[in-house]
Amino acid sequence: MSDIEATSGFGDESVADETGAATIPEPETRFGLPVTRSRGQQVLHPPREGLVDLVRRLRDDEGFHVCVDLTAVDYLAYEPPRRLPQDVAPERFEVVVGLLSLETRERLRLRVQVPADDATCPSLFEVHPGTEALEREVYDMYGIEFTGHPDLTRILMPEDWDGFPLRKDYPVGAIPVEFKGVQNAR
Amino acid sequence: MRSDAVTTVSSDASRTYEGSQELTPRKGAGAAELMREVGSVLRMSEAEVAALADEEPAEDETMILNMGPQHPSTHGVLRLMLELEGETVLRSKPVIGYLHTGMEKTGETLTYLQGPTNVTRMDYAAPLFNELVFSLATETLLGIDEGVPPRAQWIRMLLCEINRMSSHLLWLATNGLDLGAISMMLFGWREREETLRLLEMITGLRMNHNYIRPGGVAADLPDGWRDGVLRVLDLCAPRLDEYDELLTGQPIWRARLQGVGVITADEAIALGVTGPILRSTGVPWDLRKDMPYLFYEQVEFAAVVGSYGDSFDRYAIRLHEVRESMAIVRQILDALPPGDYRIQDRKVTPPPRARIDESMEALIHHFKIFTEGFKVPEGEVYCAVESPRGELGCYMVSDGSAVPYRMHIRGPSFVNLQTLPHMLRGGLIADAVAVTSSVDPILGEVDR
Repeated sequence: MSDIEATSGFGDESVADETGAATIPEPETRFGLPVTRSRGQQVLHPPREGLVDLVRRLRDDEGFHVCVDLTAVDYLAYEPPRRLPQDVAPERFEVVVGLLSLETRERLRLRVQVPADDATCPSLFEVHPGTEALEREVYDMYGIEFTGHPDLTRILMPEDWDGFPLRKDYPVGAIPVEFKGVQNAR
Repeated sequence: MRSDAVTTVSSDASRTYEGSQELTPRKGAGAAELMREVGSVLRMSEAEVAALADEEPAEDETMILNMGPQHPSTHGVLRLMLELEGETVLRSKPVIGYLHTGMEKTGETLTYLQGPTNVTRMDYAAPLFNELVFSLATETLLGIDEGVPPRAQWIRMLLCEINRMSSHLLWLATNGLDLGAISMMLFGWREREETLRLLEMITGLRMNHNYIRPGGVAADLPDGWRDGVLRVLDLCAPRLDEYDELLTGQPIWRARLQGVGVITADEAIALGVTGPILRSTGVPWDLRKDMPYLFYEQVEFAAVVGSYGDSFDRYAIRLHEVRESMAIVRQILDALPPGDYRIQDRKVTPPPRARIDESMEALIHHFKIFTEGFKVPEGEVYCAVESPRGELGCYMVSDGSAVPYRMHIRGPSFVNLQTLPHMLRGGLIADAVAVTSSVDPILGEVDR
């Protein structure tokens, strides 16, 4: 009996902490943009417009010289309410950029909302050339087009692949078997 | 850039076509693309780029050569498209994806306990690091990262450093093979086998251990582990000196590596490069030192730094990092505290075996943990560790269920591979093998 009951409070407790932090009256901002904390990690919520300028400013003035990671999340099947700052409207896709400062040893994460009907995002290639492959991967997996990217082609999937595998409406392991002579396989 | 052949394919309405992943011929590439390939990484001024572009040869003087994906020096299934003018490499492009198995998609269907089994297969030369970063991300989401017992954390460090040794020894072996030092190949595999035997003794498997799990490690260290570790340490120390004698001062080895595949610190940072490649340029960036995790701030070791950013520096760094790892392992042997090897939090830890015999609830609990898994509070988190190849990160989003909503692994090899076009440019095709090898890509992690 005690084994199960002792555990039940565990998840609820952390969730309560999280909601408590979200209801702080004055929203935190940095560089004029809403900031949230996720498990103590700093997250910035910039709009798509001006993203390149922001990242350039972060690189040149704030010392975030390394773009460590760039990925995306498809929130189509996400059930609980999204915890975003008040003036950030949730969209289906989110491009997540991980920046790193070698001087202050600080990480900063940017979460950029990208709507499903206009799945484009400005490319960070001009600021951080190292995002080239990462943006291609996001395009390959999510179909988010990075405007200004020099070579936006599929990188992991075959170039004639249909669909974007990491989208939530793309089923797991549901690739039709290709029979000889079938016209529209895949 | 789409060539004529491409347009005919894309007119077939049943399939999408996103353009060629391959290196396009010079006439199809267009001036803008050529200039970008030359100048983007370097952040050159426009005048400098224009001056370089003037020296570009005509189409009929160059040849596009396919290297891989079956070439033995590509360490797996890397395919390099090289544009050659005589023996000189002009442009190059890595074409990847031959090993893509959709592991991030699979990760969205596996519970947090099954997750390590999946991610451990990504970087198969350093599987414990994948498990570690996955476990750290899960623990941070759960909020139990402070509660993992010290012994579990030290065991994790111990195994990761042994794994770093085996990974670098494997690299020394294959790097020797790539450059024709066959005896080094045999030596490296021999010593790596010893470390793998040790890992097998501790975890039960040579590779893909699934030993580091959210909450701790799978089992405590077995009897005789200390003797096993000491045996490997005593065995490796003189053999590393042998490698030094065999290779480091050898004129042929130096001629093949020094000044080959040079990259500067600015370029490496612009490309997001981490690990030995970044350190070879003189940037002393090592996550174990700069953003310590586990108990790395309690052990003494040096971040090995190069100064020229060439293939020789990367060789010397990796060789020396084996020594540093051995020093860390020795300190862990002294520091390893007694205690539990996993967190005693009933949410993530199955009940002890003895309880299952006497309590029905414990049996149900045990069953539920392994079938349904445990629920993780919603949130998103990024955790990173220093793998033998650089920053290995895990971005995880939880929606409050027992499987991750999104699990992304930032593989260092995937990002580091982007240095290839830059480091190969202007070099000889024979050096392409040396440079590719010095990047140390593990294609399982590149393609995931």
